[in-house]
Amino acid sequence: MIEIKGITKTFGDNEVLRGISAKFKPGKNNLIIGGSGSGKTTLLKCIVGLHEPTKGDVIFDGENFTEMNFEQRVPIRTHIGMLFQNSALFDSMTVEENIMFPLNLFTNRTHAEKLDRANFCLERVNLKGKNKLYPSELSGGMKKRVGIARAISMQPKYLFVDEPNSGLDPKTSILIDELINELTEEYQITTVIVTHDMNSVMGIGDHIIFLHQGKKWWEGTKDEIAHTDNKELNDFVFASKFMRAAKARL
Amino acid sequence: MFHSLGKYILLLRLSFRKPEKFSVYWAEVMREMVSVGVGSLGIISIISVFIGAATTIQVAFQLSSPLVPRSIAGSIARDSTILEFSPTISSLVLAGRVGSSMASQIGTMRVTEQIDALEIMGVNAPGYLISPKIIAGVTMFPILVIASIALGIFGGWLACVLSGDVSPADYLSGVHEGFEGLTIRVAIVKAIVFGFIITSICAYQGFYTNGGALEVGQSATKGVVYSCVMVLFADLVITRVML
Repeated sequence: MIEIKGITKTFGDNEVLRGISAKFKPGKNNLIIGGSGSGKTTLLKCIVGLHEPTKGDVIFDGENFTEMNFEQRVPIRTHIGMLFQNSALFDSMTVEENIMFPLNLFTNRTHAEKLDRANFCLERVNLKGKNKLYPSELSGGMKKRVGIARAISMQPKYLFVDEPNSGLDPKTSILIDELINELTEEYQITTVIVTHDMNSVMGIGDHIIFLHQGKKWWEGTKDEIAHTDNKELNDFVFASKFMRAAKARL
Repeated sequence: MFHSLGKYILLLRLSFRKPEKFSVYWAEVMREMVSVGVGSLGIISIISVFIGAATTIQVAFQLSSPLVPRSIAGSIARDSTILEFSPTISSLVLAGRVGSSMASQIGTMRVTEQIDALEIMGVNAPGYLISPKIIAGVTMFPILVIASIALGIFGGWLACVLSGDVSPADYLSGVHEGFEGLTIRVAIVKAIVFGFIITSICAYQGFYTNGGALEVGQSATKGVVYSCVMVLFADLVITRVML
């Protein structure tokens, strides 16, 4: 489980996050939603240690990540997988090398074992046989899937996903959501997803946090979100005509 | 300025932390050495031959007095090539070729979140990305400079053969006369220092890139400009101290 306590982050005079606390449970898709500039990605970066919170603590299974130095964080980081908004695959490496990269650095497996693991991960994301392609030869959806394969190569306990559906067509978006959902349930991963895609929210939102003006404005599940009377959340979720019509039918 | 200097020193300290796995870093060092060394050999060969030839012709033109032995053209071309043209001009060219490539490569990795991906995995990103480049720079620059010296002197001989301003025999005699090993040591020290300056400054500029494609280009430009200025400054200091 991941627990965040009173996370505050300021950049100069700009207070982006204001005392956010939450608990993210294993085997659940924990979604962080909110409008542009609400601090979703900053919160995610604070949790994974890419930004240091100005105040507050991030606790991974009882261990205070915020108080650790670089070396102390390494054992926890080897249990973290992350899918970036633009996949962040290493351009100079093939698909297979991208997936094997963390295995090369942090395990003592033989080349054959690492290759087996890479093939397993590729098969898991339905990209069998694409080992030798470079990221520039892949479509957006394939890049995301390779990003997921790389993220799960070390069998992570925690999976962080930043805007998994950005730039993807609706069908591919659903496939990516389903894949993340399957992996979360299958391996009991604590998954934290930053998104503003309402299909994802309604599809896989086991636990949802809505950020507004840098604060945690609302917390609940996908079933609760449809019936909330929180004005800001309603304005966000039901901004489109399609979503308002869907709500009216409920 | 002091803030940037502090950041630069801290980045260098991070770059030389203990590697997560030596074999992975070693492979990266080898890859960078090939890129810096073999990749730059063509351009270094071309400029060295032409500079050697031009220097010899100009010296022969300026010292066209019956009182001055013709072999002096060989001596002057040799010392100019060893002490200045090969280490300094080659390094300025390498700053453009190698430095800009390093700054833009690391800068692109920064803006496309590849460096964040390394950090999330628990990889010491400065160590993995920067130290192999610096090691490649300080090892390959001296080799390139030695090759440049040899090719520069060959260029001078070629100019003698083709132009006839100085006979090849006089030129070769001048190249041999009064040769001091110290000049080679100075050239090698310069190459090592310039290699370090160019790779570290360009890597620093790339590592702290913020923004997008425009900023990557700006980082590469800044890296080349700052490293060229520092190379010229270091050239003066080394020359003053060692000669």
